[in-house]
Amino acid sequence: MAAIKETVNTVAEIDLDNYKYGFTTDIEVDKAPKGLNEDIVRFISAKKDEPEWMLEWRLSAFRRWKKLEEPDWSSVHYPKIDFEDLYYYAAPKKKIELDSLDDLDPDILETYKKLGIPLKEQEILAGVKGASNIAVDAVFDSVSVVTTFKAKLAESGVIFCPISEAIREHPELVKKYLASVVPVGDNFYAALNSAVFTDGSFVYIPKGVRCPMELSTYFRINEPNTGQFERTLIIAEAGSHVSYLEGCTAPMRDENQLHAAVVEIIVMDDAEVKYSTVQNWYPGNSEGVGGVYNFVTKRADCRGKNSKVSWTQVETGSAITWKYPSCILRGDGSQGEFYSIAISNGYQQIDSGTKMIHLGKNTKSRIISKGISAGHSSNCYRGIVSTQRKATNVRNFTQCDSLLIGDKCSAHTVPYIEARNSSSTFEHEATTSKINDDVMFYCRQRGLNEEEAVAVIVNGFCKEVLQNLPMEFAVEAQKLVAISLEGSVG
Amino acid sequence: MLEIKNLQASVEEKPILKGLNLTINAGEVHAIMGPNGAGKSTLANVLAGQADYEVDGGSVSFHGEDLFELEIEERAAKGLFLSFQYPLEIPGVATMTFLKESINAQRKQRGQDELSTPNFMKLVKEKAQQLNVTPEMLRRPLNVGFSGGEKKRNEILQMLLLEPSLCILDETDSGLDIDALRVVADGVNSLRSPDRAMLIITHYQRLLDYIKPDFVHILVDGKIVKSGGAELAHELERDGYKDIIASA
Ligand SMILES: Nc1ncnc2c1ncn2[C@@H]1O[C@H](COP(=O)(O)OP(=O)(O)O)[C@@H](O)[C@H]1O
Ligand SMILES: [Mg+2]
Repeated sequence: MAAIKETVNTVAEIDLDNYKYGFTTDIEVDKAPKGLNEDIVRFISAKKDEPEWMLEWRLSAFRRWKKLEEPDWSSVHYPKIDFEDLYYYAAPKKKIELDSLDDLDPDILETYKKLGIPLKEQEILAGVKGASNIAVDAVFDSVSVVTTFKAKLAESGVIFCPISEAIREHPELVKKYLASVVPVGDNFYAALNSAVFTDGSFVYIPKGVRCPMELSTYFRINEPNTGQFERTLIIAEAGSHVSYLEGCTAPMRDENQLHAAVVEIIVMDDAEVKYSTVQNWYPGNSEGVGGVYNFVTKRADCRGKNSKVSWTQVETGSAITWKYPSCILRGDGSQGEFYSIAISNGYQQIDSGTKMIHLGKNTKSRIISKGISAGHSSNCYRGIVSTQRKATNVRNFTQCDSLLIGDKCSAHTVPYIEARNSSSTFEHEATTSKINDDVMFYCRQRGLNEEEAVAVIVNGFCKEVLQNLPMEFAVEAQKLVAISLEGSVG
Repeated sequence: MLEIKNLQASVEEKPILKGLNLTINAGEVHAIMGPNGAGKSTLANVLAGQADYEVDGGSVSFHGEDLFELEIEERAAKGLFLSFQYPLEIPGVATMTFLKESINAQRKQRGQDELSTPNFMKLVKEKAQQLNVTPEMLRRPLNVGFSGGEKKRNEILQMLLLEPSLCILDETDSGLDIDALRVVADGVNSLRSPDRAMLIITHYQRLLDYIKPDFVHILVDGKIVKSGGAELAHELERDGYKDIIASA
């Protein structure tokens, strides 16, 4: 049919080359030579002023990594990565400690402006009263250059700092918790990250404390061929509460960039952690060339009774996404939630989902996954819900919805359930819908143009997940969803 | 307002409309009747711009403009409204949201300000009541799980809100019981005005007892074979298509 042909043509013409955030800033960098060996690991550790124990830890992770194989079980395809052809360390040359963003290198500030960082920092920095309280630990390339609101957080005993600082200032906490959720040898990328991670955030919320503000971090890749290896560690002591936001976008590149982050969250009795991500790394151009490879290990350990963790993610970027934020529901009565919007367009490949490992009694999990595929992309939900024999009265609810735009893309759902006892209940719902020419015609007959129609339909589709984002993010994320699908229907 | 000259259209290479002529002036209500497969929905879809239908010849001017030069949404914003024979379902999008987005999209195209939420709510409430559309229906996803009658009432609700200058109703009476038919007809009649025209496509004369047409046209095999006043619908009901076609 004529209309479908048009759709295909338009999709083929999507102007991915004009990727909104495709630009780079000129900042001199201080970087390690290409390739990976023990000397590079030593270089990174030295650059970070790390204590001896940390260097040893990294070296053993490196040796472990050498013995591991790259995983090949997911649905994504990409040329073999030459790990010797990457840089593992780059830091902005002008390393400065700042009290506020005003003192920041104007180039970096400009970069953030171009990114349209949704936060009200501009207002906060201009001293506007009533601007919302968001602390930013901004990561520019591999070194955290700005940390704000530290004082206010310190008042309540909250520690929020670059992980490299935590290694120096709070070694007892780092030693106790680092790799306690994601062991060094957990998987190929986790081991690599352990050897070479350059920065990331550390969060510690003391017993009974409700973190007085949303904690937020922005990541951005800036150097060609620089792998980004963030390491984030969040510890919520008994009865505490924190909401952590992470968002990122990357400039245009011809060569693929590797991003292998590890996030570990520890949640004690009655504590609650909400972790929200908006991921918008460069997805590659219209031929699928370039773009970030995003191989992430994110895991939360609900160690305490009645603890709770909630992952919310909006994934719109990256050439390849390989990501399964997981919950280990160890404490009796603990709860895990996973709310996800994964959007693929152009030639993007997404293999993402979650793991809910029920170890404790009366544990509950809830999975809401919304996958949107357009262009020539492929989008796979892969999830596991497992209950151990002792984990009685487990409840899980899973909803996986797919929305297809055009007919060159694909969506797959691979849900596994492992039940080792009979007292558990699992509910699984799945739907697949399509924005086809008839729906478009109906919307346009009512006056909506193609983009408006897609935005209305997609926002409706994603609503349940968007509602879970903190207010500051929800509006931005909604815009991002529309932007990432621009021109996908014709 | 609408001038159709020698319109020919096909779907999948199959000619459906074979030289259709029709002129509709502001203030007039025209009814098109005809047997199944005659091309009634095809006419409605061609006018609205559905891409499956190929225009092979003829011309249509709408408010003095070449209709075929306008995008689907431009036709809508210029006042062409089609009440669908089979309204589409859109999961996840609340009916209320869809209504608001449509109105504002049209206003935007016309260079008007968006309707504020309170003004919009007031308007919807009033029109919905008129059509027995419950607040609960407005919260539900557009047409999802709606009965046939609810879908049709929802179409007319959209029409009342968008206030088009040309209302095309494709088999709006099908699926409606007698009470719903009355409600819908009252809604349609409330829109009748000297600067608005209507094109009512129907199979049965039943709807025309409630919405009195000024003109009735019989469409057979892609052509209008007979035109007349409201009495033509009754003749048709009495004599059937065969006699009309034979005498045409
Ligand atoms: N989208 C379509 N694809 C293929 N054939 C169609 C399509 N729409 C209509 N037709 C065909 O065109 C002819 C006229 O259909 P239609 O205009 O719907 O008739 P009516 O509304 O008068 O019953 C029928 O033979 C029908 O099968
Ligand atoms: Mg029809």
